[in-house]
Amino acid sequence: MISFTLFNYWAVIVLMMVGFYALISRDNLVKKLIGLNIFQTSVIMMYVSFGKISGGTAPILIESGGHGGDGHGVQVAGDAAHAIRDGAEILYSNPIPHVLMLTAIVVGVATLALGLSLVVRINEAYGTIEEDEITRKDNAA
Amino acid sequence: MTETMVQIVDVVLLILLAITGIAVIRTRNLFVAVMLAGIYSLVSAGLFVVMDAVDVAFTEAAVGAGISTVLLLCTLALVGYKESKPQHTTILPLFVVIVTGGVLVYGTAEIPPFGEPDNPAHQNVAAHYIHDSGDEIGHIPNVVTSVLASYRGYDTMGETAVIFTAMVGVLLLLSRGSLPKRVYHAGHWHKVKRGMTREDLIAEMEDEEAHDSTVVGGEDEEDG
Repeated sequence: MISFTLFNYWAVIVLMMVGFYALISRDNLVKKLIGLNIFQTSVIMMYVSFGKISGGTAPILIESGGHGGDGHGVQVAGDAAHAIRDGAEILYSNPIPHVLMLTAIVVGVATLALGLSLVVRINEAYGTIEEDEITRKDNAA
Repeated sequence: MTETMVQIVDVVLLILLAITGIAVIRTRNLFVAVMLAGIYSLVSAGLFVVMDAVDVAFTEAAVGAGISTVLLLCTLALVGYKESKPQHTTILPLFVVIVTGGVLVYGTAEIPPFGEPDNPAHQNVAAHYIHDSGDEIGHIPNVVTSVLASYRGYDTMGETAVIFTAMVGVLLLLSRGSLPKRVYHAGHWHKVKRGMTREDLIAEMEDEEAHDSTVVGGEDEEDG
């Protein structure tokens, strides 16, 4: 099997740098915001990678038959997130990064909305959304 | 065997994401860039499913691929979709990006291996949430829901405060409230006088434009 121990993190860093490059090298403000969004998604991806456990499943409790959803089918087995069901071990991935990233996604769209309304306002005042033209007009004043 | 399959899907999706991201940078049509950003969000939602984060995946698909795309398209309707050619060299940004990426890759040497159950991230409260949330919170099988709404409820409350602040900001920016102090139009800055309405300003600009076209070579005499 291919060595997989750090591939995910490296790929996420590549995506992060793609977003970062769009953010610092483009003059168009909408393009910058798209780059910021790409950067943000890759940070989310990095956190979710931290929470993944190989062979694990989504952190939704699987109940053993008969107990009817009271959570007793899940038992403690060791330090890691193990559970026992019909004698077979169920591994759940770590739910904490998922919770944190749910918050991050929603805050991200709030940031995007605020940034875009700034872009609309800048376009109203300057007639352009290219950063170099805005600077030129500012200097002309 | 199934783990290998999962890893293949993971690698393919990550490569697709990289291609989409580079295409976003290369295109000069903002409409295309926005559509590609939507595709990027959707593919990353697929990747989140592969990494067991189903809640993150459907939020990303709804918010990232849905609402963000709608917001971006609304903006494009107001500002146009053409991006001008970059004026300056791209060597410096490329250098910064490569150095930053190199430092980050160097930093991954200390990261525990991907997917190991013994990683430090899984050792503290995570096990408690998984073992006991079924009993403590009561009949909610989805651990993410329990943590989001109960164990870390304050986090979610803070999030709503952030969204409220952003909404107030958007409303203040987009409502036709007070005018800026000066407006750039047809080659000069126009000072906005106190008590001036938007219509007055437009009328003044049109007057000046008509005046400028009669006086040939009118010089800029605007010392701010």
